[in-house]
Amino acid sequence: MTTATKTGSAPLVELDDVSKYYGNIRALEGVSLEVRSGEITCVLGDNGAGKSTLIKIVAGLHRHDAGTFRIEGEEVTLANPRDALDRGIATVYQDLAVVPLMPVWRNFFLGSEPTKGSGPFKRLDVDLMRTTTRDALLRMGIDLRDVDQPIGTLSGGERQCVAIARAVHFGAKVLVLDEPTAALGVKQSGVVLKYVAAARDEGLGVVLITHNPHHAYLVGDRFVLLKRGVMAGSHTKSSVTLDELTRQMAGGTELEDLRHELERPSST
Amino acid sequence: MSSTAPPSDGIDHVDERLLRTTPLKKLLARPELGSVVGALAVFVFFSIAADSFLRPASLGTVLYAASTIGIMAVPVALLMIGGEFDLSAGVLVTSSALVSSMFSYQMTANVWVGVGVSLLVTLAIGVFNGFMLTRTKLPSFIITLGTFLMLTGLNLGLTKLISGTVSTKTIADMEGFPSARKLFASQITVGGVELKVTILWWLGLVALATWILLRTRFGNWIFAVGGGADAARAVGVPVYRTKIGLYMGVAFCAWISGQHLLFSFDVVQSGEGVGNELIYIIAAVIGGCLITGGYGSAIGSAVGALIFGMTSKGIVYAEWNPDWFKFFLGAMLLLATLLNAWIRKRVEATK
Repeated sequence: MTTATKTGSAPLVELDDVSKYYGNIRALEGVSLEVRSGEITCVLGDNGAGKSTLIKIVAGLHRHDAGTFRIEGEEVTLANPRDALDRGIATVYQDLAVVPLMPVWRNFFLGSEPTKGSGPFKRLDVDLMRTTTRDALLRMGIDLRDVDQPIGTLSGGERQCVAIARAVHFGAKVLVLDEPTAALGVKQSGVVLKYVAAARDEGLGVVLITHNPHHAYLVGDRFVLLKRGVMAGSHTKSSVTLDELTRQMAGGTELEDLRHELERPSST
Repeated sequence: MSSTAPPSDGIDHVDERLLRTTPLKKLLARPELGSVVGALAVFVFFSIAADSFLRPASLGTVLYAASTIGIMAVPVALLMIGGEFDLSAGVLVTSSALVSSMFSYQMTANVWVGVGVSLLVTLAIGVFNGFMLTRTKLPSFIITLGTFLMLTGLNLGLTKLISGTVSTKTIADMEGFPSARKLFASQITVGGVELKVTILWWLGLVALATWILLRTRFGNWIFAVGGGADAARAVGVPVYRTKIGLYMGVAFCAWISGQHLLFSFDVVQSGEGVGNELIYIIAAVIGGCLITGGYGSAIGSAVGALIFGMTSKGIVYAEWNPDWFKFFLGAMLLLATLLNAWIRKRVEATK
């Protein structure tokens, strides 16, 4: 789409031939991907394909063992999640995006709380936190009833949306989403994808991890396929169709074999 | 025409989908509500059952009993909101008093030196608890159970080794004792009622803890590490430092408690404090702290401590056998927890 105009500048995030080993286990080997501003890069793979490992490297939870990891052209090794956040990479996890018992506004600012006053009177700017939460959510199109309600009382989709809005508000350049639609119904998935697109339109680069090619194809610009820790394919939207993506994702030839196996023996 | 804005579609602060929240319902949503209701019930009960309960002097005694528990219940409640236990809190108080007393006595130093050394040692034990917890990632129950047993042994063993008996020598005639006593164990007469200075310490700590919990970043982190440590870490909250800080808070309050113990009785029995850790935890739970972390309040722990004070002294004023105290306590704990759970369910259902 917009790649042609941006090929000159360095991608926001670029992984080149990155590998990760846990002891003698090869979790990830030779994976490359790039994320550009205003684009969505989808990482597709079945369970155990190495999606989680990949996301943990980008989020700063794990360090990669080989290959290069560049942020805006600069080669880095992230020390911890805070380091990733400081460099503009915000990660929204499927199940641990928020602290359920805390009010929405406390969750929204968790880890980056604004304060006022100084010395022993330094305190949270509660009014600012409340109004900013409301406004930031509204800007993303999320109209919340009450920012004081515990975030656990929101639905799964709403929680994802709050987490996305939080990342956008704190000036993230890259948003990493770990299976945002995995536990959601069809309608809620649509809502979440809408916010993912909204984040993209704000100029963020998005990494969308999913095992659902239909969701990926709806919003994605680039697709990276992982299988058993290695890259099974890398496409741009113009170079692949949904059917082809689904076929590769589902295992292609393996699926063919499976169909043969499951076929009823014809009596004729 | 344009100057008169129609009141119906004027943008209001309150969302129209929200039913109007009455102040009563807001009150019901507070974590400490169950304990307040329980405290009132206990108060009314003993006011009727014991004639002398309502005398000002008795209330002073009740508040004193509540404060000695309350001083420790505050940091234990914060720790519990942060998702951890400290089983060593009870004997840590004794350790703190022993270190202070024995250091001053053996070194024939000003007692303030002992008080200072005790603070350092106690804080170090708090850091040890927190460090072991975050390093080993074992449950805090196990870690602090270990510390509890080790401290119990150390208290007895070292005291016998140094003093020759199970209690410390008197330090009442030593330099600095009167001024230290004034700070940790004096009495103030207010309107004819003798109030112990620990009540002030207690109220001060409750106010400080409430401020920290509700109005500081650290407070936000306490709720977060207790309610979802992984989510907190993912957004950049220093989970380990928060937990170590909470253990240091327990240690600091154990130090205050220990110095009070020392300067009000001037000798310390080395076997004391065992079992108190559960009382602190019970006070915090009665006060509405969720045992799994992430929810609770400092004020609730104070109300829990008050229930303790009223029950333990009320039984004496009612001239009953004090053996019944534990029974009452158990019943109170169950009732308060059930009430809390019930109220929380109702509040969340009506939301």
